[in-house]
Amino acid sequence: MPAKEPVAVVGVGQTKHVAARRDVSIAGLVREAARRALDDAALDWADIDAVVIGKAPDFFEGVMMPELYLADALGAVGKPLLRVHTAGSVGGSTALVAAGLVAARVHRTVLTLAFEKQSESNAMWGLSLPVPFQQPLLAGAGGFFAPHVRAYIRRSGAPGTVGSLVAYKDRRNALRNPYAHLHEHGITLEKVQSSPMLWDPIRYSETCPSSDGACAMVLADRAGASRAPYPPAWVHGGAMRSEPTLFAGKDFVSPQAGKDCAADVYRQAGITDPRREIDAVEMYVPFSWYEPMWLENLGFAAEGEGWKLTESGVTELGGDLPVNPSGGVLSTNPIGASGMIRFAEAVLQVRDRAGAHQVAGARKALGHAYGGGSQFFSMWLVGAGPPET
Amino acid sequence: MRDVAIVAFSQTDHVRSSEEVSEVEMLMPVLHDVLGRTGLRTGDIGFTCSGSCDYLAGRAFSFTMALDGVGAWPPIAESHVEMDGAWALYEAWVKLLTGEADTALVYAYGKSSPGSVRDVLTRQLDPYYLAPLWPDSIALAALQAQALIDSGETDEPALAAIAQRSRTAAEGNPHAQLRGPRPQGGYVVRPLRTGDCPPVGDGAAAVVLAAGDRARELCARPAWIRGMDHRVEPHALGVRDLTDSPSTRLAAERAGAFERPVDTAELHAPFTSQEVVLRKALRLGGSVTVNPSGGALAANPVMAAGLIRVGEAAAAVHRGTCDRALAHATSGPCLQQNLVAVLEGEPHAR
Repeated sequence: MPAKEPVAVVGVGQTKHVAARRDVSIAGLVREAARRALDDAALDWADIDAVVIGKAPDFFEGVMMPELYLADALGAVGKPLLRVHTAGSVGGSTALVAAGLVAARVHRTVLTLAFEKQSESNAMWGLSLPVPFQQPLLAGAGGFFAPHVRAYIRRSGAPGTVGSLVAYKDRRNALRNPYAHLHEHGITLEKVQSSPMLWDPIRYSETCPSSDGACAMVLADRAGASRAPYPPAWVHGGAMRSEPTLFAGKDFVSPQAGKDCAADVYRQAGITDPRREIDAVEMYVPFSWYEPMWLENLGFAAEGEGWKLTESGVTELGGDLPVNPSGGVLSTNPIGASGMIRFAEAVLQVRDRAGAHQVAGARKALGHAYGGGSQFFSMWLVGAGPPET
Repeated sequence: MRDVAIVAFSQTDHVRSSEEVSEVEMLMPVLHDVLGRTGLRTGDIGFTCSGSCDYLAGRAFSFTMALDGVGAWPPIAESHVEMDGAWALYEAWVKLLTGEADTALVYAYGKSSPGSVRDVLTRQLDPYYLAPLWPDSIALAALQAQALIDSGETDEPALAAIAQRSRTAAEGNPHAQLRGPRPQGGYVVRPLRTGDCPPVGDGAAAVVLAAGDRARELCARPAWIRGMDHRVEPHALGVRDLTDSPSTRLAAERAGAFERPVDTAELHAPFTSQEVVLRKALRLGGSVTVNPSGGALAANPVMAAGLIRVGEAAAAVHRGTCDRALAHATSGPCLQQNLVAVLEGEPHAR
């Protein structure tokens, strides 16, 4: 028997992500995603041994530790219920904590879920800390990340249009994903490039929306995988890495924690050439320029070269390394769920269940999330076949 | 299952107000102390996990500041739960069970002093039906206490005796906030008097976990985790029997607590009446030493108090004053969510 139990993803469920789900409570929102994941796995609430839930700061809904109130809606009564919070990477971290329960053989079937109902509050001001915690005029995440994007452009010499190419691609990909929040049918590159400047160089169309949404997955051991009605995805590697927010020598453009996290995942999964061996990537790109930045950080391109992959169409749905075929965070951003959606979309690709945004023949896919001040990273690599042990 | 033990425990002196220090400044001495007890440095730790709450800190992502205190450079494998640190311990324990790490650092902290924690805790209730009424944590505990009295499970003198015993025990605990007995005082919310309620205060705690022989290297008498489990109950108080705690009983069963008697129990019972519920659920007889630290009635730094119960139980094993201990942590209104860990020392150590 292998030291660790191989972990399979046998069910995925999402809500249709929108700006405001006024028709459901928070409980209704999470239950909708959980029910769809159970249906996908042909399981019911009683089949679940434990629930692991994640979301970003509680201030986003104004409910402290909402998992206590959600215990009933999640079918968790009488079961273990864990609540993870690791900033923007939380959706990924939550899935990894759930996977650990199966890998350690503590539980056999685990429901994991992440959500955000941003319409209950205002995330931008929830993220804007009062003095003395933060200097004024650093409104929201865009104000924090724009200087790092400018540093990347200066360092790499990337043409100023690369960001708009990413946004144009992701918004078009979203048209193929029925669950995506933004469906901009009339989108053109010119519209992206002429949209208002929010945080120079990030334009309105290059930034993520505020969404209400939830994403759920059912994880199982080998026995559970053999009973699943659809092909499972197998976890080949998963890791989290953290570093401090600010310190002398911090590289905001390509943080060491991101590099270390990817290296750990590739080592576990036996990946030596990620560009060639990985068929699809769902990475956390809340502002367009983060696609070329993460392509370098994750080892898909040499330093300063990531933008060339974007510019040459490699990351398009028909390219040889499709990035965010779902439309990504740029098209859908229920913050606490965004990381799990990346992980789940990677799963859908290797299960050949991504529908109109399926990458043909995808066998290995990477799910990536990050958070805080580019300091928390979580990633997993999933495959169509079980891991070699 | 892999053998995993708690090899070190440290905590602050818990105080009514720590306004002169930030959360990081409060936490750092504890981190240094707990690592110092094992000779480990941050870079030696395989996995780090913490528990804390943004609603106490009053800002989003408050745990990121604490990470600065850990010294996460080079980058570390790290996670955080928005729960009491006892659940961070659970996550770290599972991580060690997978074999992905051999050591773990777990910490938790909470400052209740900046606000009115009694009111802050109302924000964790059902946001549509309950939170708008602002039923505070003492009022909800009082409902539970009254239910116990009405069912003949306890009475006010019995509750007063629990308060007296806990704070007398705390005389031997240099970290406790209330050391020595206090008058029961008047009613806060009937039938609970001042003495039945926990002190409001600030504090932090940390433990180090290690697996197998690594634990034996780091600690003369490791506190082996024989089992750990946690369970949650429905949120709505109206659908629960407040005089019982089926989630605690189930967690204890799963943790193996009933396989052999324990000699010591550290129960996270912020209110005297909740000790009555927990003793029943855990079938603790008179021979078991309950809360030799004084428990949450002597110091209740929210988010750390549950981890402190596990740490106190482990420390008793480390000292050799306990061979088999039960540690309990709770979260949510009226004991909604409960965790039970069973710790043992090896019989012939030292």
